[in-house]
Order: sequence, then structure tokens, then C-alpha cells
Amino acid sequence: MFANLDQIFVLLEHWVVGFLPAFLQPAALIVLGVIGIIVAFPSLFAITVLLERKGLGRMQNRIGPNRVGPFGILQPVADGIKSLTKEDIVPLRADAVVHFLAPVYLVAVVFMGYAVLPVGRNMTLVNLDAGLLFYFAMGASTELSVFMAGWASRNKYSLLGAMRAIAQMISYEVPLLLSSVAVVMITGSLSLNKIVEAQNQYSYGLPHWYIFTPWGLAGFLMYATAATAETNRSPFDLPEGESELVAGYFTEYSGFKFAEFFLGEYVGMLSISGLGTTLFLGGWSAPLSVLSWVPSWIWFFAKVMMSMCVFIWMRGTLPRLRQDQLMNFAWKFVLPYTLLILMDTALWRFMGDGWERWLVCSAILLVAYILMARTGMHRKHFGPRRYRYAD
Amino acid sequence: MFGEGILKGMAETARNFAGSFVSAERLTTVQYPEERPAPIEAARVFPFLVYDGADWEAGMRCVACQICEKECPPKCIYIEKSADKKPDYVGKPQFYPAKFDIDVSVCMSCQICVEVCPFEAIKMDTDFELATDDRFGGLLLDREKLAKPNDYYHSIHPTEAAEVDTRLAEEKAKADAKASAAAAAKATPPAPAKPAGGGA
Repeated sequence: MFANLDQIFVLLEHWVVGFLPAFLQPAALIVLGVIGIIVAFPSLFAITVLLERKGLGRMQNRIGPNRVGPFGILQPVADGIKSLTKEDIVPLRADAVVHFLAPVYLVAVVFMGYAVLPVGRNMTLVNLDAGLLFYFAMGASTELSVFMAGWASRNKYSLLGAMRAIAQMISYEVPLLLSSVAVVMITGSLSLNKIVEAQNQYSYGLPHWYIFTPWGLAGFLMYATAATAETNRSPFDLPEGESELVAGYFTEYSGFKFAEFFLGEYVGMLSISGLGTTLFLGGWSAPLSVLSWVPSWIWFFAKVMMSMCVFIWMRGTLPRLRQDQLMNFAWKFVLPYTLLILMDTALWRFMGDGWERWLVCSAILLVAYILMARTGMHRKHFGPRRYRYAD
Repeated sequence: MFGEGILKGMAETARNFAGSFVSAERLTTVQYPEERPAPIEAARVFPFLVYDGADWEAGMRCVACQICEKECPPKCIYIEKSADKKPDYVGKPQFYPAKFDIDVSVCMSCQICVEVCPFEAIKMDTDFELATDDRFGGLLLDREKLAKPNDYYHSIHPTEAAEVDTRLAEEKAKADAKASAAAAAKATPPAPAKPAGGGA
């Protein structure tokens, strides 16, 4: 019964496809999978937006939206209707074609990334051998959309936002990739399915997730940092800093195009959380071997939503960085530390199964962290600033 | 230094998150249309015209001197002087505004009209629910809509209104004393000295 529940979507898909003639069946399987993704993740997006608005409200000692439906749970519906009925304004001097294409391209590319994500057991749309590579190729394309939007708008805020976004996304793309390379080094495969299978083992009832190793924990933290910056989330939300750039690269977008950017951003967050889950948190595998009877897709979505909650929590806590701080952080801390993690992972791989590797690998990472933090903070002054001209 | 500040901050927001469910006094916001915070005395939103007595047209303090119209930075006041005169609060015949319009959509609530008015005739209101579904006529308030009784002024700005009332009473007493002295002087021409001017 639980095995059926685990495979319910796969069985359902095959049952529906069974009604079609044989030559149509492979194509129909793909189309149904795509429909599943396009239905599932935007609904998660709606839930996330509601969670974010309610959660941020609570963190600021407010109630949050509570007017539409019971406890405001229909707020995403109201938001959707509002954005659909708003006037779509294209600036007179804007490049209309590129201005139109940018949000479409963003949404398309963001959804492409889901093609290789294993959402559950046997629930990968396309099982590519180089799935990780494909994912990052798609993820990197979002930068193009951001710059298209900023450039085509012909607005100084949009352009500044887009420039910031490009600088930031390219800088953090490097540690994002390098921290996943550690996982590839251990697994020996770029296929996301194989990566999940490698983590879906238990000893003493505890899982073999990569986050439970020293290099995996450090790698996950670096991945999370880079992913936050990559999706332009607070505290790395400089490209759309409301206080100085209005809305950054989508200043000139209104109506449904704005909603598309919003959707693309959140679906991108969901997808990058999904990849982080797959790489470090064991994908769809259960956290304890006794819980393996719970359907695999429930675990995947639970983990993704947990990471979304952490994203929201961080947004409610941290102030926005300055551009130079952002770049210094990327190139002087995150990148060298990720390279160190790579070496640490290699050491872990070749030190055998004993307890020594735990000690040595953890010590290396911890000492490096403390040293880098100390040197990074050397001669930095904190506290209230004094401005000579204001004295 | 090692990221413990981030953890501290996240603990703080988590405390707020959980606390807002537990204790209602943490919630700083008001559920507006149903519950309203107590009005603030120093609040100012949009000017109104003060009148004394029961009849707004007779009791209007404004004498159509047009100082506020000239001083208004966004030029949202439009006044037309009357042809005839009516007695003001001391009984002196004065002009009155035949037309007094303020455009809500232009007014920037700067209170300069109130500062410059020598007759205490224009004051700031605290009513902020000025939205209307008629964006042309509904946003242009004429003198009938602007006129509000002195009692209303007392209810929204009690301290300020009391101060204004004593000042007006002093002036009225002074004027009355002057008038009675003049009357007395006319009745008995050889009176050596008139009573001291400072009444009240």
C-alpha cells in the first residue's frame, strides 16, 4: 500500500498514457511529466509567498495578510488576479521585443532546470547522465534574462540593477558550482539520480547524507550562501534593492510581466533548494531508516519547503550588504573556502573508512574557517560611524 | 566574527515570530477598519474652516482676506470675496468668502494657511478618510463642506482650541471696552479720563 503511495504519480501517469496508441506513449509520458512540474511548483510558489508574507509579518510583530479568506490563505489568489488585471506598460523608448522576451525567457529557463531534479523515487523527468551540468547550464542562463530586462527597459535603475545582478550572479556562480563538485567527487557521477542513490543508505538507522560529513556540512553552508546570492535573495538582494533602485532590473515591468519575474524568482529559489536537497540532504530519502515507508516525494517537498522557510527566516533577519562587501565576501572568503573544501573532500575520499578522517577533515576546515575569519576581520572597525563633514 | 552575529539575529527573529503568537501585546499593528487607535492631538491632515455658533454661514470666522490663498505653496485654495459685509465676532462688519474651495488632491498638509491666518479661521483637521469615488468634483471641497463648528475644533485639538478661545475672548473684551468707552465719551463729552484699556 505504501509502495503504491510512493509511486502513485508514476502509476497514475502510466495508467493515463495506457489509453493512447503505442507510438504516442513516450511523448505523452514527457508531456504529462512537464504538466506535473508546471502544476506542482507554481502552487508551491503560491504557498511560499503566503508563508513569506505571514512569516515576515510575525517576525516584525505584525499579523500579516488576514483579509482574503480564512486567515488570509487566499491572498495568493487575490495577488494573481490583481497582477493579471493590471495594465501592462511598456516604456516608450524601451526595446519592446527584448522587454517582452526577458520574463518569458526567465520562466522558461527556470522550469527547464526541473527536468533533471529527482522529485521522488523514479520521478525524474529526464534522467541525464550529466544532469548536474545541465542544471547549471540552465541556472546560468537566468543571468541573460536579467540583463535583457535591465537593458531593454532603458531606465537607469534597471540598468544599474542588471549590472549589479550580473556581477553578483557570475561571482557566486563559481562557488555554487565548486561546492557541488565536492559531491560529484565523492559520488563519481554527474547524474542526480545516482547522487541520491548514493545517499539513500543507512547505518544504525541513520542516513548517509553528505551534510553529515565535515566537508558536506561546510559545502552545504557554502552552497546555501551562493544559492542565496544566485537567486538574489536577502541579504544579497542588491540587484533589486527597493530602497535605492526601486525594484532593480524589473522596475519597468508591470502587470503580468512583473508577476512572471516574481514567479521566476520564487520558482528559481524552489529549484535551487531542490538541487541543494538532492546534493547534500539526501534528495527524496528518508531522514531515518524507520521512516522509509513515507512516500519519497513527501520527503523531497518537505526538505524543499524547509529550505524555503530558512530563506524567509534569513530575509527577516539580515540587512542588505553593500556591493563591495558582497564582492569581497564572494572572492575573498567563499571562493577560497570552497576550494579548500574540494581538497578536503579529496582527502576524505582517500583516507579510508576510519575515524581519523573525521578528525583530520573537520580540523582542517575549522582551523581554516577561524583563520580566514580572523584575517578577514583584521583592522576592521565596527560601531557607529563618524563623518568628518558632519562634526 | 565567525558568523555568531547572524545566529544571534536569527534567534531574535525566531523569538519575535514565536512571541507574536503567544502574547497579543507584542503585536504593534491595529486591525484598521474594525479597531482604531485613539486620535492624536497633534495630528494634522487637511484644513477646515471654523465657525462660531450654530449657523455656519453667519458664524464663519473667515473674512476673505486671501492671505492663505496667496501663501499656499501648491496653490490649492480658491477664494472669492463677497460683495456685501457681515458682522464678525466682535460685531465689526467684514467681508466673507462667497466661495472658498480647497482641492484635496493638491493640498500637501503643510499647515501654512493655518500659520498665516490672522483670524483663527482655518485650522487643521484630523479626519484622514477623504477618499472618494468621484475624482473631479469629489476632491474639490467647497466652503459648506469645509465649515466645521468650534465645538468640533475643541474635540480634536482641545489645548490649541482653548488657547485660541481665550485669545479671541480677550480681543472681544478689549473691543467691547473700547466701544463702551467710546459710547460713554459720546454720552458725556467732558469726561476727564476714559477707563483703562486692558479689559478681561
